[in-house]
Amino acid sequence: MRILIVLSLLLLPLKAQAAVFNPQSFTLDNGMQVVLIPNTRVPVVKHMVWYKVGSADEQAGKSGIAHFFEHLMFKGTDKLKPGDFSKIVAKNGGQDNAFTSYDYTAFFQTVAKDRLGLVMDMEANRMKHLILTKEVIEPERQVILEERRQRTENDPGAQLREQIDTSQYMNHPYRIPVIGWAHEIATLSLEDLTTFYDNWYRPNNAVLVVEGDITMAELRPLAEKYYGPIPRGPKLTRIRPTEPPAQADRRVIKKDERVRQASLQRTYLAPSYGYDQGDARAPYALQVLENILSSGATSRLYKSLVIDQKLAISAGFSYSPNRLDISEATFWASPRPGVSIDTIEQALLKEIHLLLEKGVAQDEIKRAQKSLVNDAVFARDHLGTGAQVLGSSLAINMTIDEVEDWPNKIKAVTKSDIDRAINEVFKDKYTVTGILLGENEKS
Amino acid sequence: MRSLYLALIALLFSLPAYALAPVQEVVSKDGIKAWLIEDHTNPIVALKFAFRGGSALDPVGKEGLARLASATMDEGSGDMDSQAFQAKLEDLSISLHFEAGMDSFGGSVTTLRENLKPATQMLRTALSTPRFDKEPVERISAQLLASLRQSEEDPNSVAARTLYKSIFGDHPYGRGSKGTIKGIQNITQQDLKNFAKTRLGKDNLVVGVSGDITSDELKNLLDDVFGPLPDKASPWKIAKAQPVFFKDLKVIDKPVPQSSILFAQKGIDRHDPDFYPAYVLNYILGGGGFSSRLTEEVREKRGLVYSVYSYLVNYDQANLWLAGAGTQNARVKETLDVIRHEWKKAATEGVSAQEVQDAKTYLTGSFALRFNSSDTIAAILVGMQKDKLPIDFLETRNKQVEAVSLEDVNRVAKSLLQPQNLSAIVVGQPEGL
Repeated sequence: MRILIVLSLLLLPLKAQAAVFNPQSFTLDNGMQVVLIPNTRVPVVKHMVWYKVGSADEQAGKSGIAHFFEHLMFKGTDKLKPGDFSKIVAKNGGQDNAFTSYDYTAFFQTVAKDRLGLVMDMEANRMKHLILTKEVIEPERQVILEERRQRTENDPGAQLREQIDTSQYMNHPYRIPVIGWAHEIATLSLEDLTTFYDNWYRPNNAVLVVEGDITMAELRPLAEKYYGPIPRGPKLTRIRPTEPPAQADRRVIKKDERVRQASLQRTYLAPSYGYDQGDARAPYALQVLENILSSGATSRLYKSLVIDQKLAISAGFSYSPNRLDISEATFWASPRPGVSIDTIEQALLKEIHLLLEKGVAQDEIKRAQKSLVNDAVFARDHLGTGAQVLGSSLAINMTIDEVEDWPNKIKAVTKSDIDRAINEVFKDKYTVTGILLGENEKS
Repeated sequence: MRSLYLALIALLFSLPAYALAPVQEVVSKDGIKAWLIEDHTNPIVALKFAFRGGSALDPVGKEGLARLASATMDEGSGDMDSQAFQAKLEDLSISLHFEAGMDSFGGSVTTLRENLKPATQMLRTALSTPRFDKEPVERISAQLLASLRQSEEDPNSVAARTLYKSIFGDHPYGRGSKGTIKGIQNITQQDLKNFAKTRLGKDNLVVGVSGDITSDELKNLLDDVFGPLPDKASPWKIAKAQPVFFKDLKVIDKPVPQSSILFAQKGIDRHDPDFYPAYVLNYILGGGGFSSRLTEEVREKRGLVYSVYSYLVNYDQANLWLAGAGTQNARVKETLDVIRHEWKKAATEGVSAQEVQDAKTYLTGSFALRFNSSDTIAAILVGMQKDKLPIDFLETRNKQVEAVSLEDVNRVAKSLLQPQNLSAIVVGQPEGL
């Protein structure tokens, strides 16, 4: 074993040139990938386990189960009482938490380096030996319904975003909110949850990411000791329905007495890292475009709608490449007092038409590329960012090399890449317009 | 196995070695002081600073002055208008921001080392010759007004504003730190210029720096950036606040399915000898997430909330102890009762030796976790100076936590917790109260 480690260390510097996080990796015999990201500022490590399962993998009628289950991972195992996991982490001076997304679920602890074995032991234990009972599930169901009230039902803007997604995605499960629908959360059973656990929580469906003051020579034996013995599960396939072409524009309007600032958004389906429709450069082209349109006070949409035309108090464009399946890109603007939602919509449409007609300029591209590449340097400075980026990418089946090559891929984007992406995503597309208004405002 | 984990904890009680370089005090030729942690890991420099005196000093009728100034000082200075200034920041990947708090006006610049010089120049001109041109001031005001309007519908904001008004009354703290719609509307360009000229004095300044910079480089930088500022800010004084806590429950009607609950009682001074016992007590009561009594009783056992918490707040002229929760309207009464019960129980019965021990291992062990980026390290150095803590605080802080005994915590629980005088605000449509 020692020889293998030495070999991997020797190989590393060869491919580390324009890299971002300089990770090292190997895979355990049971299929669990292990990734180390060095960060030596303080003797601390962030330990994350990413499972390749998210809300978009839920069975029809069981919405919210991925997130519900994330909460239940903090309940008891054959070795731990319910709630002890987080308490033990805290007693050891550590912090822990977890989160669920459409495509993945992740659990993490940040601890002093000498406590890494302890949290790995517990994390490995709950991958296999969780004990679920009605007694632990019922109060947690209420907690999750409160979480939904807090995040969504108390916030009309969040309610509108939920409704927009149900229109944007006609068939793909991204139409369902990650937290799930309240009426389905209310009916998830112990059996549903146990089945979900058995199906997805397997080492061959998980990625271990450790970032911090540790070497592979130290991490490898720990990973082998704690995660190595967990038996591999059956091979998993993620079966996702796909989107048919849209045949009509959709408008989603929410009027609510709690809204004091109107807003409008126009959303489009867009390629992602996991679903690039044959144009592997498109997700990078769209990130450059996002920077041109929407980064700061000198970006296009802000300058045009907010500063020059004085129609909006804010405006922008957002795009997330990090999806396993087809993603979304959104233009948005909030009108100034006295400006109608119709005026703001026309102004936004004009910007989109301008983009389709003329594309973006060479100097805009250069400037955006430089800014994005610099962001990668800042990303290295924060303990945890590397683990987040690597984990969320590997969980959607990207490779480490693809992540590390991000600055080069951004630098390689050309004007024709962006023109192609713009046409592909925005040209002649039926799409969704979401409008948020006060109770008595005109739509 | 559970006992094995516990055995491990006892064995591993020692603290992680503190691995950062020591804090240096750097004094420039002109006498400007900064605290520095050198860290040459990444080619990044983070500089943070604060001037004492924040939005509590906003003139009556111009509430929001410090906040508006903070949002417009990076919108043009010297010969650069807003677009020229922002474009240069963007082109050089310099992040430069200002922020207004209740008791201080601060800012930060984070830059690649290679752009340290232009970053320094831009901060210098933003501080000493801000333009406050009509266009950006009008634009940013519109943004702040929109956010203030929307916050009138946000149950958490409404609860906080109502609470501060109720307990601080006419004291400047009663206005909160975010400004008001009327106040922002009344602010003129001249007000902003006066603000920059009179409030940002070297006598009020603290600076914290972390990253790829040496102490000699920092000395020159300090004079470059802060040299042009006046030696002294205009004199000012905020009176000691005398918060008055109410016993009844205040309910504000808002059409939301989940009520926002906020509790307040008196807090404790940062320099009080009992501060650390109170800090440990707060961790046990509601500061410690899943290790806290409130989370255990309110969330884990009863499923009443997604989050429930308590924390100590220290302003320069007042101290508070706050607790918060959010629950569906039908279960507000039960939630209020459980929180009040826990407050009373801690005051009358105290806490256990094990709880104190567990709190201390968390608070000491997790201290190193805070130092996770150049930005946060610089912010910690500024915070230490704002709080008038000694320069060796990072080395002594854990010893102060260690020194807290069960007797200390229980004495403080008895004397400081005020279950009879715990003010509560509920924003929502609670049932059955």
